[in-house]
Amino acid sequence: MIHSLFLINSAGDIFLEKHWKSVISRSVCDYFFEAQEKAGEPDNVPPVIRTPHHYLINIYREKIFFVSVIQTEVPPLFVIEFLHRVAEMFQDYFGESSEAAIKDNVVIVYELLEEMLDNGFPLATESNILKELIKPPTILRSVVNTITGSSNVGETLPTGQLSTIPWRRAGVKYTNNEAYFDVVEEIDAILDKSGTTVFAEIQGVIDACVKLSGMPDLTLSFMNPRLLDDVSFHPCVRFKRWESERVLSFVPPDGNFQLMSYHVSAQNLVAIPVYVKQNISFFETGSSGRLDITVGPKQTMGKTVECVLVTIHMPKVILSANLTPTQGTYTYDPVTKILMWDIGKLNHQKLPNLKGSLSLQSGAAKPEENPSLNIEFKIQQLAISGLKVNRLDMYGEKYKPFKGVKYVTKAGKFQVRT
Amino acid sequence: MTDSKYFTTTKKGEIFELKAELNSDKKEKKKEAVKKVIASMTVGKDVSALFPDVVNCMQTDNLELKKLVYLYLMNYAKSQPDMAIMAVNTFVKDCEDPNPLIRALAVRTMGCIRVDKITEYLCEPLRKCLKDEDPYVRKTAAVCVAKLHDINAQLVEDQGFLDTLKDLISDSNPMVVANAVAALSEIAESHPNSNLLDLNPQTINKLLTALNECTEWGQIFILDCLANYTPRDDRESQSICERVTPRLSHANSAVVLSAVKVLMKFMEMLPKDLDYYGTLLKKLAPPLVTLLSAEPELQYVALRNINLIVQKRPEILKHEMKVFFVKYNDPIYVKLEKLDIMIRLASQANIAQVLAELKEYATEVDVDFVRKAVRAIGRCAIKVEQSAERCVSTLLDLIQTKVNYVVQEAIVVIKDIFRKYPNKYESVIATLCENLDSLDEPEARAAMIWIVGEYAERIDNADELLESFLEGFHDESTQVQLQLLTAIVKLFLKKPTETQELVQQVLSLATQDSDNPDLRDRGYIYWRLLSTDPVAAKEVVLAEKPLISEETDLIEPTLLEELICHIGTLASVYHKPPSAFVEGSRGVQHKRLPARAGSGESTDSPDVSQSVGGATEAAPTVIPSQGDLLGDLLNLDLAPPAAGPTVPPSMQLGAMDLLGGGLDSLLGGDIGGSPAMGAGLGSTPAVMPTSLGAPPVVGGGLGDLFDLGGSVGMPAGAYVPPKSVWLPAMKAKGLEISGTFARRSGVIQMELSLTNKAMSVMTDFAIQFNRNSFGLAPAGPLQVLTPLSPNQTIEVSLPLSTSGPVMKMEPLNNLQE
Repeated sequence: MIHSLFLINSAGDIFLEKHWKSVISRSVCDYFFEAQEKAGEPDNVPPVIRTPHHYLINIYREKIFFVSVIQTEVPPLFVIEFLHRVAEMFQDYFGESSEAAIKDNVVIVYELLEEMLDNGFPLATESNILKELIKPPTILRSVVNTITGSSNVGETLPTGQLSTIPWRRAGVKYTNNEAYFDVVEEIDAILDKSGTTVFAEIQGVIDACVKLSGMPDLTLSFMNPRLLDDVSFHPCVRFKRWESERVLSFVPPDGNFQLMSYHVSAQNLVAIPVYVKQNISFFETGSSGRLDITVGPKQTMGKTVECVLVTIHMPKVILSANLTPTQGTYTYDPVTKILMWDIGKLNHQKLPNLKGSLSLQSGAAKPEENPSLNIEFKIQQLAISGLKVNRLDMYGEKYKPFKGVKYVTKAGKFQVRT
Repeated sequence: MTDSKYFTTTKKGEIFELKAELNSDKKEKKKEAVKKVIASMTVGKDVSALFPDVVNCMQTDNLELKKLVYLYLMNYAKSQPDMAIMAVNTFVKDCEDPNPLIRALAVRTMGCIRVDKITEYLCEPLRKCLKDEDPYVRKTAAVCVAKLHDINAQLVEDQGFLDTLKDLISDSNPMVVANAVAALSEIAESHPNSNLLDLNPQTINKLLTALNECTEWGQIFILDCLANYTPRDDRESQSICERVTPRLSHANSAVVLSAVKVLMKFMEMLPKDLDYYGTLLKKLAPPLVTLLSAEPELQYVALRNINLIVQKRPEILKHEMKVFFVKYNDPIYVKLEKLDIMIRLASQANIAQVLAELKEYATEVDVDFVRKAVRAIGRCAIKVEQSAERCVSTLLDLIQTKVNYVVQEAIVVIKDIFRKYPNKYESVIATLCENLDSLDEPEARAAMIWIVGEYAERIDNADELLESFLEGFHDESTQVQLQLLTAIVKLFLKKPTETQELVQQVLSLATQDSDNPDLRDRGYIYWRLLSTDPVAAKEVVLAEKPLISEETDLIEPTLLEELICHIGTLASVYHKPPSAFVEGSRGVQHKRLPARAGSGESTDSPDVSQSVGGATEAAPTVIPSQGDLLGDLLNLDLAPPAAGPTVPPSMQLGAMDLLGGGLDSLLGGDIGGSPAMGAGLGSTPAVMPTSLGAPPVVGGGLGDLFDLGGSVGMPAGAYVPPKSVWLPAMKAKGLEISGTFARRSGVIQMELSLTNKAMSVMTDFAIQFNRNSFGLAPAGPLQVLTPLSPNQTIEVSLPLSTSGPVMKMEPLNNLQE
């Protein structure tokens, strides 16, 4: 099982270590540094690294490497999932999963890690339970604690720990009872030069923010549940009801959580809301090239496409760009070779265009590779797959909750090849 | 106010100050001091000197302070065992506390203190906690048994904790069940034959019930445990599958993959014509696809597993090609895996799409990826015959880009295409020849030379081309030299009149001016052939070559079966059986897929017979690379049963320590070893002498010394260690060798059991000893007179003498069939 955890910052300093079994010398991280050096980019460090006596499984989040050490045959996904949980928990407790935040709260972090894993076996990873055991830091609480001498550590066994619904704590009370659901869909797509879709799919999630008193039992139904044939649920969802009736029936955790995620891959269901006309060319002779990009709306179901941002990873030899946008602003970073064009809202009447010349390093050969375009955008009030929530019912409690559903579509990994 | 204040130091010396604060009367100050100590500990500072002062703070009713002290204890108890005893009383007292949280905390912490003296005191409280009324305490205690077992296995067995743990599988609380399963699985890993997890239909039923109610992590433990069960018949298999499939929709990817493992294994037992079998196949695809939309690290592990799954059951994902298309900002490790799976899924139906993608990738930035993409095009050509023409023209387009490494990769794969489809695409040779000068990598040069030699009769200036390579003959790598030698001999046999001078030149370069034995040997063989019988030479050198097989990189079926049983584990990431690399799991039983009900065959995939057929051709002489073999000998040393009762424990320990270093190189050797094995599979026997003659450099020969030391040094007529497997069938094309050393009437004997686990008859056994430190050598030939038919085992006893040549620090004995 998971033996030890090292947190390493981008400068290569090990700033926290935690051992759940015997202590392993931090020199084991040298193997990690070796792999890191070989990989170049931090994103390219292989997730599983083999050393003579241990295995290092790592994830890279918020400029921190979470490196776990294991010694026996353990499912790597189990370790990676756990590391994700650790990163999320930092986020949850401290608002960010940064080195500074961790260092500022090092004792709490240590206490948390101890609660999360026992002898390498996960113990409590639900944020609700952890928060009952160890209270998150707030300015008010630290002031109160200093005065009264009380502590951050819960003295009793968390109620959810053993119930069949470990994700919910007992005795929740709110004056305003509310339940909000966000249907968020991301389009992953690859379009080729001519604009034809090579590949497209939708990754959807339903994020929930439920603040309801007592033990509410909710039922969420959809207008068109048949869209959803590939789904993953939060443990609270009763799978049997879904199988038989296609409704989500659950006792929700308290606060924010992801109710379900789904995946729509049938090509005909994935609408592509924008199109891009681009022409990036380099002259055979001389050290310059031309760039001409136009972005326009395609299948938007009558909604406005907002927050459009085009990112291009330019070939290494491009020194500078001299371009004119008809809308928005552009920047070119000659160090990272990233061209960013922030367009904003897409206007139907006047399509935004970016045009101009690129200058290359003198004497450099014409670049061989074609830069791909990465597009970001956002469409409010629309789930591009057409998914619609029908109704939300609550059982088990008497009060009348306030309910709301929001839809938004975003670009996920949306790429245009040139 | 943040915790960073705990890191500030003063001039007087941190430890001194902390000591004073820890002994302060004020509770609040004490707590702050302990926090400072913990903060120092987290960054790896040594604060063990404060041990007595921190332990003094343990007796408190403040839970936070208590927890902090416990954290400290766990880290440092080992370095201060005598002081740690001081803490025992508090632990024992806390185990009786009315608050279950404190009881559980105490038993949990006690188990983490890895001090022998403490473990004795732990037994009674642990026994109580295992039967505690509160399930939270019971589940914590279950894990504690595993901890204790890790420290002192004998104690755990003597105290009967294992039975109590087994009883907990029937506990009413699912979390307790899950933890009991997890603990038992961990203990079982170090005791492969202990039969701890005695799975029967009743326990399986309990596990399946707990599966629905326990936490996500518990589900992983239970699913992994279920995967070890072999159902009695297909109906039981189906009912388990039905109860496991809902797990495929879990948000935790580890749960999903463990469920996939159970299903992949159990569906092996279902009759293929069953409706449910088809349903199950359909249900497996979406969760696998979903894993690919997760974070890149998860994707990587998923892809490695999918690679196995598509080899075993290509039908599951055959329509999902597009999800494996590469995005330009995927991390490189994801890109390479996706590419590999794309080729495995390539078929006539989707080849156009795949080729278009591959061509796109060949213009990307990342050199490694581009190279692999170009190779992939070649593999597609070989795999899907209808596409070969399109692949070749794509490759030609790529050659036109003149990007150096693209051209070189393209030439390497075109060579393979020529070998698969002879006399079909030779029209492109002219284009290839144009790029001759730009080739600077040995593999590409060798490929080009091979092409020129092979088609010398169609290339007008073949002699000039080859001659141009000859100028820098001694600067070339061995690969190129060998290829050049062969190519010129071929050329000579095809056009004897103009090239006599050239062939003489190369033969003298190879035999007289070179000190590379491989090159020299080959040179002499050609020379002799040419001078004695040119007709025979022609028959040998220009003989028709066997076509290369469609997929050279398929995992061997027995290994694949084992890996399918290990889906989701490290073994599946490395595509190696766990016994090959996981420390501490030596002697793990090889897992097999269950046999389909009603049929005797254990596997039914068509490629099995094909690749076994390919293997038998080379089987009589092939041994796996030395790295692998050595691995087995080392395994032998480390396996506790082999060291057994005769070797005193101290010696065994010594051997382990010494092996530490050897093990490093063993792992290294292993990595090098496996590709060699793959190459042996796909290539013709002609390659063999090379791989034999140039064994990978391996360290760790020391391990063998110890093995022998244990047996040779024994008095006459003494105990003979039981035979252990030296060479598993999986690594030796079906021949399993187990053996031991014995001394009978004063003569050292090597007793061997040879088992044929392949499908064809084996004959012509011989044995050869490498030079070793003890001068051991066979005193007579290996007496295996009858051919060994499949599934037959014979016992052979080989007398040994110690008069052989002595060489120190070399691997002791390499077994050769």
